[in-house]
Parts: sequence; structure tokens; C-alpha cells
Amino acid sequence: MSTIVVFVEHKAGAARRASLETLGAAHASGLSVVAVVTGAGAAEVAPTLGASGAKKVVVVTGADNFSPDGCARDVAQAVQQHGAKAFLCANTSAGKDLLARVAGLLDCVPFADCVDFKHDAGAFTVRRPVLAGKATLTVQSGSPVLCATLRPNTFAAASGGGAAEVTSVATLGGKVTVTAIAAKSDARLDVKEAPIVVSGGRGLREATNFKLVEDLAAAFGNAAVGASRAVVDAGWRPHSEQVGQTGKTVSPQLYFAVGISGAIQHLAGMRTAKVIVAINKDAAAPIFKVADYGIVGDAFEVLPALTEAIKKARA
Amino acid sequence: MKIIACVKRVPTTEVQAKVGADGKSLDTAGFEYMLSFYDDLAVEEALKAKEKHGGEVTVLTLGPSECSKELREALAKGADKAMIVVDPQWNTRDARSTAKILAAKIRELGADVVFTGRVATDRDQSSVGPMIAAYLDMACVTDVVKLDLAATGGSAQRESEAGVETLTFPLPAVITCDKGLNEPRYAGLKGIMAAKKKTIEEVSVQDVPNASLVLGIELPPPRKEGRIVGEGVAAVPALIEALKNEAKVL
Repeated sequence: MSTIVVFVEHKAGAARRASLETLGAAHASGLSVVAVVTGAGAAEVAPTLGASGAKKVVVVTGADNFSPDGCARDVAQAVQQHGAKAFLCANTSAGKDLLARVAGLLDCVPFADCVDFKHDAGAFTVRRPVLAGKATLTVQSGSPVLCATLRPNTFAAASGGGAAEVTSVATLGGKVTVTAIAAKSDARLDVKEAPIVVSGGRGLREATNFKLVEDLAAAFGNAAVGASRAVVDAGWRPHSEQVGQTGKTVSPQLYFAVGISGAIQHLAGMRTAKVIVAINKDAAAPIFKVADYGIVGDAFEVLPALTEAIKKARA
Repeated sequence: MKIIACVKRVPTTEVQAKVGADGKSLDTAGFEYMLSFYDDLAVEEALKAKEKHGGEVTVLTLGPSECSKELREALAKGADKAMIVVDPQWNTRDARSTAKILAAKIRELGADVVFTGRVATDRDQSSVGPMIAAYLDMACVTDVVKLDLAATGGSAQRESEAGVETLTFPLPAVITCDKGLNEPRYAGLKGIMAAKKKTIEEVSVQDVPNASLVLGIELPPPRKEGRIVGEGVAAVPALIEALKNEAKVL
């Protein structure tokens, strides 16, 4: 049976949800799944991956100080040793970085941020957005090893698998080393991975008013804060929160656009959200054309009321 | 220090996508082009590296002859040389063949450090920079928001889901530049005049065929018509009701 290698990210002793979704997609392809985990805590995560679809787990040791190129060498080695036909990981910051490096080492074409992935008699076909989602390409891999990252919130995680065989291997090491990580000051979710995103735009008038957006996100408990390009350019919010063609492309279950007019480059970054809610004073704003539900009104009045209502609904 | 900025011409972020007659590519009629947003940061960082360490900045691209327009602007900002690997297929090339062609050219030119944008805003791959590093066995740091470059290596910061990572790397290296790293300068009149005298070298592409095969391209399905649930605070209960019982996302 052909093998597929999946790189699994983890934090605080658990695999990232986006990695579990990738394992699920790999498992669903019918190939035998080999998971690779690395870094501090990898050995604790390894035995949990069988339930999510891994047949085998390779724990890379000696890599507590993460090296991105070292990790790529470790993954490429696992691909070669298992004669794998495909390599997948989640389309996170680390995942995209790893994809390109592994594809380079294996001399294969990389496919980032795939929204569909099919395996049929040894041929792999993926679908991936271009121009930040203004169009979607369907591409046949054509390389000896399909190398791809899968978009978070798009594939289903598997459950009820069996126990995986766990082996370990020492890292090959690399030239580049992470020497420090300044963790985020709070446990806020990343905008790309969060199931709910509350984004604010210029309609909020000034940076401090983003508190209203943060409050609504906090009321959900599982929401991330996003921002339009205009407010990131104005320095109100960090670039890591920017949604759109020169920021991040997101596909949450629920997306709120607050005080965002809906420039084409913003719409490109969020139009694949399952449900879109727009709150804007201007009834003619283009954002209402893509929104499932709209409220025409002043964000300063609507947001506090909505935050209270969500708190009640979630209580 | 030998410094290369690898850049790409892309459609402007305002373009509307239309599927071409073959169903496999975009109809580019009416497209306007620009230097990919993040490649502007790469040019700026290359100029800053030269200011700090001396040496020479070459701006390199794979594309049509027309992108001399974008390269001329980089020359006006202070780059020393510019080269176009002229490629009739620039628009349909996969990341592997692009990286192989550019890596071969960089090997020929020689480089201590290569800067490129963290992503080209047309294909959205973020792959060519790290792949060049893999093909040339260079170090690489991606999505860099802060850089401290010394003569034999340096340290860089990148933002990930985990927070802000600090990484150390040796030269030669490929650095992919993210927003926040710098504020690109504008070309001055003196620079614009000087750039007119600089030549932009055009070389022919050493062809590396695509390994992947595009089967089709489609536009996203139009979202089904939404509705305004109401105006102001009074509309909040109707919105909650719709999210709960109609969309079932609460």
C-alpha cells in the first residue's frame, strides 16, 4: 500500500487542529499515513495520532530548538525511507515554509493552501486558489511525490482510528535555528485557523475603538480578530491580522465584517467563509453584496448590543 | 556583499478575474501589472544591506520584457543592475521550474544574500524563495519582519501562529520579506535620471518544463443572495435568530 507522510504540528501536548484535519484528509485518501512530529513534547503527542488516522508515527529527536531547514531534511528523509507518494501538512506559517523546502529537496512541484485533494490510481489532483481566491486552479501534480499544504477549516479530522506504531529518529539538523519564541501575550487564536473571525475596518474611526471588535470576539470564546488593509496600513492593527489579498485568506464558519466597505482585495480574502455577516452604516457598501446577513447601522451602537446577545446565546 | 533582489510582476490587486477561452488560464485582457507588494520590501531590504555592507544590488526577475518598467523603478531607487530572464511562459510556470531557472541564474551571478517577497500576490505559493535556497544549499528564513544582517550571517524575526520567532542563520542566505520589515523608499529625481542610463540586461530562459498540469481554472461560485436583517440595534435579535436557526452557526 502506498504511503503518505503528514507533518503534524503540536503545542501544549496536543496536535494542532489544522494538523488533525490534514491527517483526516490523508486518511480519507486511502493511503497508509505516516505522521512526523518534532520538537519538545513530540513523544507525548505521538501516541495520540493513531486515533486521528496515522498508521505510524515518526518522532524526530534532538530537535527541541527548531530548525526549519533541518525539519525539512527530516521530513524529506521520512518521505524517501517510506517510499511515500505524497507529503502533506497544514497551511500554517510553519507548514508553508516546510512545504517549499521539502519540495525543493525532493525536486517536486509544491501546491500551497489546497482546498481539495484527490488521489486516484497513483495520480494526485489538487484545487488551490490563486489571486487570493479570485480564481481556483485544478492541477495534476505530475511530480514523483505530491507536496501540498491543506487549508485549515476545510477538511474533516478523522476519529476512531487504531493505535499507531511509534518509532524515533535523530534529526539531521540544519543551518537555521530558532533561538527564541516570544509567545503571544494572550491565548488569542490565529485568524487563519479560527472557526469564527470578527474583522474591523476604517468604519471604527480609530484604533482604540477596536476594543468593540475584541469584545465581540471574546464573547464567542473561539473567535479571532481580523482587520482590513486600511487599518493595518494606518498602524491600528498588526499585519498578522490582515485579511485580504496582501494579508491572509480565511475560511471560517462565521465571518463578521464590521465597518469594512468590501474592497475587492478584501473580499478575495474572506469570500469562502461559510456565513458572512456585515455591519456597516452605508447600505450601498459592496460588503453587503457578499454578506449572508447584514445590519445597516452604526458599529458603535450595534456591536455592544450584539456582544451582549452573543454572551446570552452562548451562556 | 553580493546582493540579489528576486522580484515578480503580478496583476494589480484591483483586477477582476475572468476565465480565458481555453478554460485553463485567466483572460488577462485589460490586466494592469505591478511589482508584487512584498517584492517592493525585498528591493528595499537589498538597498539597506548595500548601505550597511557595501557591494552591489542586482534585481532579478523571470518575466516578459515589459517588466523592465518595474525593474527601472528599482534601479531608480538605487539598485546597480537589473536582469530579466525573458520567459514567454512566465504566467503559467510552476514554482519548481521558476525556482530552478532562478537558482541557476543566481549560481551564475553569485550571491551572499538573496531577498524576495514572502509571497507573489498572483500564485500565492510562498514557495520560490525557499526552493531557490534548497537548490543552492543556502540558508533561508521566511516571512521576515525584522533583520539584523552581519558579514557572515545574521538574526531574523518572523511571525508565526506561535508568536514572534527569532532565528539565526549563516550566509549565503535567502530572506523572504514580510510587511513590517521596512518602508520602501520612493525614487528621487536624481535616481530616476541615473536609472535611465543603466541597462537592463535581458537573457533567454533556460527552459525547465513544468512538471504539473493545469486541468482547469474556475471562478468562485457566486454567493447566494444575502439579506439585510434590519437597521441598527433593533436588528440584533433578528440576526441572532438567523445565525442560530437558519445558518445554524451559533
